[in-house]
Amino acid sequence: MLEIGLAHYLTVAAILFTLGIFGIFLNRKNVIIIMMSIELMLLAVNINLVAFSVFLGDLTGQIFAMLVLTVAAAEAAIGLAILVVYFRNRGSIAVEDINLMKG
Amino acid sequence: MGATSIPVMAPAAAEIFLAIAGMILLMAGVFRKSGSMAVVSWGAVVALILAAVLVLTHGGTSAEPVFFGMFSTGPFAQFAKLLVLAGSAIAIVMSLDYMKREGIDRFEFPVLVVLATLGMMMMVSANDLIGLYVGLELQSLSLYVIASIRRDSLRSTEAGLKYFVLGAISSGMLLYGSSMIYGFAGTTDFNGLAQVFSKLGDSGPAVGVIIGLVFVISGLAFKVSAVPFHMWTPDVYEGSPTPVTALFAIAPKVAAVALLLRVMIEPFGDLIAQWQQVIVLISIFSMVLGAFAAMVQTSIKRLMAYSSIGHMGFLLVGIAAGNESGVSGVLIYLFVYLFMNVGTFACILSMRQQGRYVEGIGDLSGLSKTHPMMAFALLIFLFSMAGIPPLAGFFGKWYVFMAAIESGLYALAIIGVLASVVGAFYYLRIIKIMYFDEADEPLDAEIGGEMRVVMLVTAAVTLLFFVLPAPIVATARAAASALMGG
Repeated sequence: MLEIGLAHYLTVAAILFTLGIFGIFLNRKNVIIIMMSIELMLLAVNINLVAFSVFLGDLTGQIFAMLVLTVAAAEAAIGLAILVVYFRNRGSIAVEDINLMKG
Repeated sequence: MGATSIPVMAPAAAEIFLAIAGMILLMAGVFRKSGSMAVVSWGAVVALILAAVLVLTHGGTSAEPVFFGMFSTGPFAQFAKLLVLAGSAIAIVMSLDYMKREGIDRFEFPVLVVLATLGMMMMVSANDLIGLYVGLELQSLSLYVIASIRRDSLRSTEAGLKYFVLGAISSGMLLYGSSMIYGFAGTTDFNGLAQVFSKLGDSGPAVGVIIGLVFVISGLAFKVSAVPFHMWTPDVYEGSPTPVTALFAIAPKVAAVALLLRVMIEPFGDLIAQWQQVIVLISIFSMVLGAFAAMVQTSIKRLMAYSSIGHMGFLLVGIAAGNESGVSGVLIYLFVYLFMNVGTFACILSMRQQGRYVEGIGDLSGLSKTHPMMAFALLIFLFSMAGIPPLAGFFGKWYVFMAAIESGLYALAIIGVLASVVGAFYYLRIIKIMYFDEADEPLDAEIGGEMRVVMLVTAAVTLLFFVLPAPIVATARAAASALMGG
């Protein structure tokens, strides 16, 4: 039997985090997908925190994970609110249409 | 300590007061149906001033961290908090006239500024990676909304959307770094981390800690808009309403720099060999990009964005030095930066043609004939930002470069001076436009009373800093030695 250790959890979290970052930068279609990618990044961090917490035998990581969940919910709410007002003005949420200012 | 005992709250008096004041102001705004913007704004200014008084009376002693090691005070946090509170209060005062004229005088703006300021104060006082993250998010979430406060404008909402997406990525990176540091160092407490790293032998820290540290630096560099994490800055500065830009340029920058400095010096002070090169690199990139990219701008708000990126580069020089004079240099620079930027934005917010706000650099032409006083004030601010002695900006640069030389970073100091010379070009270009170009359409003669006061005070401080720098320099030195010793 394969023993599931800390390294496995960290690898999964790292893969999810990388997927989140790539989802943001490679996606040319829709801002909603960016929101989902951001959520994926934060949840990858939560896997990290909980895995470390268990393997260190220390509760801090789990408390941190609860706070991250709370903040992520607030962040998603604000992001969607901004997206709604943006859609009212622009009539589109395609990433390539967010181009009024070139930075 | 028993589970039911009440923790000591006095060191956090200012933060608790500001949180309650923010909620009261929100209620006041909701229940007074119309015309509540002025009342809530002045209420917010009063609350920020009272919070500053509480910071002065309760925040100065370097007591043990309270709230189970989550929150610490001391002269360093006190200095940074006073600057943040001053910046936010002035930004609200400067917004009143603009918001009314542009028809966006909603009471939510001052309430959100108060909440963002609370987040900044929590960031500056955080003594734990958890507290750092929560404070940073309170600040960021408020600022995302403030950026898109003009919700019927495409530019403002686009600025808010860009700021949100990029800010969320930076928070994610910061968090990933925090989780790695927690896992490999075994604690999130700053004092605990400092203890762990002080016991490292010749083998150096674990790879996981280094990875975590790099992620944390990237996340924080994003918040101070240092290159290569600066791409949001010009767009957000340009798209947001001008008083919001003024706020962004002042208070969050001061708080983020103070936070970055504290995180680098306190928990990671013993890992300086690991982070110094990273900070040096982003400092050089910021100074150079700030100097060169600002030359081709036509909008004064975009120019101020690149100017602030450049200033962040100079501040990072002081952080990279990593010694006591570097810390005090950064604090002095932040003080000077606050006054220069407030003054410049007071001038930008007074640029109107036939009642309409304008933001092109060309609109300043002939300013010396139509508004000699405002032109002179702007001249002082621009010369100061260019670092021309004996104005205040020169001293800020002088102290950080001296600190860099003290810790042997000669190349960094030389590149910094060269970037500052290149940067002087675009400041001088504005002065040339103000004093030597003919105006095609003069700006409106009337300047609001608040703006006159703000311009006068900031110009006086910037111009006369060299007469009496001792109190600020001494306070900054005391704060720096408290940070390095603690």
